[in-house]
Amino acid sequence: MRALSNQKLRKSLYAYAIVIIGYAVIQVLANGGGLSSAFEGQLVPICAYVVMALSLNLTVGVMGDLSLGHAGFMSVGAFSGAVACIALENMIPVPALRLTASIAVGAVCAGCAGVIIGIPVLRLKGDYLAIVTLAFGEIIKNIITCFYVGQDNRGLRFGFLTSINDLNLGDGARTIIDGPMGLRSVPKLSSFTAGFILILVTLAIILNLVNSRSGRAIMALRDNRIAAESVGIPAAKYKLMAFVTSAALAGAAGTLYVLNFSTTVASKFNFNTSILILLFVVLGGLGNMWGSIVAAALLTVLPEMLRQFNNYRMLVYAIVLILVMLATNNSSVRTLVGKMKEAAALVFKKRGTGR
Amino acid sequence: MKKSLLTMVAVVLCLCMFAGCSTDAPSGGGTQTDAETASNEVFKIGATGPLTGGAAIYGIAAKQGAELAAAEINALGGLQFEINYQDDEHDAEKAVNAYNALQDWGMQIFLSSVTSTPAVATAVEAFEDRVFGLTPSASSTAVLEGNDNIYQMCFADPNQGSATAQYVADNYPEAVVAVIYKNDDVYSKGVYDTFAAAAKELELNIVSETTFTEDSQQDFSVQIADAQNAGADFVFLPMYYQPASLIFAQANAVGYNPTYFGIDGMDGILTLEGFDTSLAEGVMLLTPFSADAQDDKTVNFVTKYQEQYGETPNQFAADGYDCVYAIYEAIQSSDGAITVDMEAPAICEELIAIFNGGFSFDGVTGAGMTWNENGEVSKSPTAVVIQDGVYVGVK
Amino acid sequence: MAFLSHLISGISLGSVYAIIALGYTMVYGIAKMLNFAHGDVIMVGGYVSFFAASAWGLHPVLGLLLAITVCTVLGVAIERFAYKPLRQAASLAVLITAIGVSYFLQNAAQILWSSNPKVFSSIVGNTNFPMLDGRITVSLIALATVGACIVIMILLTWFTGKTRMGKAMRACSEDKAAAQLMGISVDFVISVTFAVGSALAAVAGVLLCSMYPTLTPTTGAMPGIKAFTAAVFGGIGSIPGAMLGGILLGIIEIMGKAYISTQLSDAIVFAVLIIVLLLKPFGLLGRHVTEKV
Repeated sequence: MRALSNQKLRKSLYAYAIVIIGYAVIQVLANGGGLSSAFEGQLVPICAYVVMALSLNLTVGVMGDLSLGHAGFMSVGAFSGAVACIALENMIPVPALRLTASIAVGAVCAGCAGVIIGIPVLRLKGDYLAIVTLAFGEIIKNIITCFYVGQDNRGLRFGFLTSINDLNLGDGARTIIDGPMGLRSVPKLSSFTAGFILILVTLAIILNLVNSRSGRAIMALRDNRIAAESVGIPAAKYKLMAFVTSAALAGAAGTLYVLNFSTTVASKFNFNTSILILLFVVLGGLGNMWGSIVAAALLTVLPEMLRQFNNYRMLVYAIVLILVMLATNNSSVRTLVGKMKEAAALVFKKRGTGR
Repeated sequence: MKKSLLTMVAVVLCLCMFAGCSTDAPSGGGTQTDAETASNEVFKIGATGPLTGGAAIYGIAAKQGAELAAAEINALGGLQFEINYQDDEHDAEKAVNAYNALQDWGMQIFLSSVTSTPAVATAVEAFEDRVFGLTPSASSTAVLEGNDNIYQMCFADPNQGSATAQYVADNYPEAVVAVIYKNDDVYSKGVYDTFAAAAKELELNIVSETTFTEDSQQDFSVQIADAQNAGADFVFLPMYYQPASLIFAQANAVGYNPTYFGIDGMDGILTLEGFDTSLAEGVMLLTPFSADAQDDKTVNFVTKYQEQYGETPNQFAADGYDCVYAIYEAIQSSDGAITVDMEAPAICEELIAIFNGGFSFDGVTGAGMTWNENGEVSKSPTAVVIQDGVYVGVK
Repeated sequence: MAFLSHLISGISLGSVYAIIALGYTMVYGIAKMLNFAHGDVIMVGGYVSFFAASAWGLHPVLGLLLAITVCTVLGVAIERFAYKPLRQAASLAVLITAIGVSYFLQNAAQILWSSNPKVFSSIVGNTNFPMLDGRITVSLIALATVGACIVIMILLTWFTGKTRMGKAMRACSEDKAAAQLMGISVDFVISVTFAVGSALAAVAGVLLCSMYPTLTPTTGAMPGIKAFTAAVFGGIGSIPGAMLGGILLGIIEIMGKAYISTQLSDAIVFAVLIIVLLLKPFGLLGRHVTEKV
């Protein structure tokens, strides 16, 4: 039993260590001028995707339900967070505070969406659950495409299915969300440090949840729902708890993401984005948090690394993806990696005893 | 799962190393010159556009047009250009990545992005870094807003929308109008908004307004029926030619044959492989470029483009071609004030001064083009009508 | 009258979804995997048929047969190289590989055939039948699609229900290990499933492109997702369910556009799907599996 908890602890420490070391290395490199601007520009999106992957891992890995609409929550967080950020411009002039407040608003809005969606969705199972999350993702995309938000001296004005001209903005008019044209002139508040802190907070929330009594209940439901329910674990409550946490964290990631670009359109958060996040989670390993972090970071950088292939870039990306999936599931490769690990462990041990 | 993760990390790292080894060589463009002399003898012109994915047709066309122009200019032996087109997948995030990759490459002049959403994102970056940008075809006004160093080669969306409304009001005051637009597309919605605003002022009789999206652009029966039942005899289609070709076919099948009016995105419909051009008979469009024009410039461009790429150039290719030539002429008109060894911000200030200072350019997409200080181009849209499978100018 | 005309459009759109959904549900029912590359096999079928007609001047029927052959080979090859090595892996790993295959096919198509759209000429011509004094039009291709859908549904039901191979397929679907013990070659059965599924994709591709005649490398993607939705809607794994789900999805999409809002049509389709799944958690005709403890 002690060994088990030690292993858990070690895994959690891995995750924190990767994030902190990664942050330190990148900061040192950036200060030394050793980073290309291409890589520097990707730091915030990487942080956002890492948070997305961690939060989806909570649904798919820990809770065991396939979600194909995770980008929908990112979208809710992105758009509500950006509106909050612009609306609070005069009230909170300090950028760091405003960013925190916007992320909080994004997380709360996405969490609310999580409650609304989670209650019906979690009654379903397997592929039916997956398709309903896909459906909600598409609905969110469609609805935000028809949404108009403007600001004038009287405050925020909302419109649905109209056009920005019909909002009748008065003095000091500013368009925030212009339907299909998406967000306009968003202040770029996100920074790598903010992203780093958000990853740490996300990790703390998820690891605490997983290692708590509730987390054990959620995993028991995943492993055998009937057995878990028969010992009195309320399935609906715990599943909803995990789902809403996951949605809220995705919303926070969405706000972080959107405040890094001057414009974002609703169709960015489509089915393909949901699938991309799922890709990070599956490649990193279900339930494996540090795996999600590494996979999200690597796979976000990979397409940029392939720029020299020009038009063949995405073809190469697809081939790499298939090969990685085949290699990671190939028994001989896995045995080889296992042997290498054993050998490495042996070397370390020898050195340890030799001293 | 841990083992699988390790394997994955190993595979990806190997690949990254492999990619890293060769990133020193200049990537991109088909018109590369010798890498060693490249840095101080050629102008490095960067651009982003969708080269993969659903919007790839626009990015690839603009890229080919720009590269053709650069090859022609380089062959003259004077100024030398190197074009580097990076893929942005029609996405703001990827466009910023592409822009940053171009910065690392040492871009001096920026051809901005081909499509609007990416162009808005890269315009802000280019504004902060003071890199001069001339977009071939990103027509949204948001691209120019607040950025003094970004210019457009194409008409801005509002121009197209209001010009169409004005044209209809002048020539067909009795028209009963229906509009079908793409609701999740910046270009289509942008033109529609200004068309609707102008139509209200001009008191046009709009009876039907319907939409479609990227996810539902195959079946148009409802939109067509709505226009038909409302008695519209004039249908405005602010969209690209691919969905338009479906609308023509489906409307024809139910025996509905109104007068169609398109915008510059409609150009290309006649060269669509396998398309029955009789379906587009009588379609009117405002376009700055037509591949069938008989002037020397266009004939030269179209012939060379066909030789090189085996297809007829569309409006995007023409815009890309013109962008490179406009920059070429602007640099020449600077009388040596702009040289290849200058940094991007210095070139930017010179080019802004030239483009704002009455610079006029004749290209394949229009003659006597000038730019105002917002970056909008002024060229007269010409209305053409399709007759017997070719464009015919209308007065 | 407008209602009737919308209903007809809905059925024709739905029949395209249905024919794609049949392929989806077939593969899912036996191999228990979501083959996200199905939509892209459809696209390949469309291109093969297009080039058969335009570049080589083949008769449309020969073009269709050629498309079926190419897609069958392609489907079996994809199964052999991308899915078979993952037979023992988690189902999500296979899902991700299928997505990789889908990206691969789309990008390969773009490089091979360029992203310029091609206009497909209908395999049955552009004949239309005006009815009720021309107030309603039914196109021949719509009739052909609905007809093909029914024929394929009957054939598939017969194939899985009566033939030896079909019985083997059902056995694999129930329990792979037990089927193996009974002397069924599971690998072979799954290969045959993919061959049949991909042949159906070719037919679907040709009919899809005949009805909505533009062809690009991403043509199959969205109809693929909608057909997947339709298959789940009808109860995934159920052959009549896929047909019913597809047709209903088409009707809902058209009716939603016609009577509620064209701007919200996607949201309406998916909202109806959610409501139906909440009322019938295993789809319209899906089998309710009771979990044993």
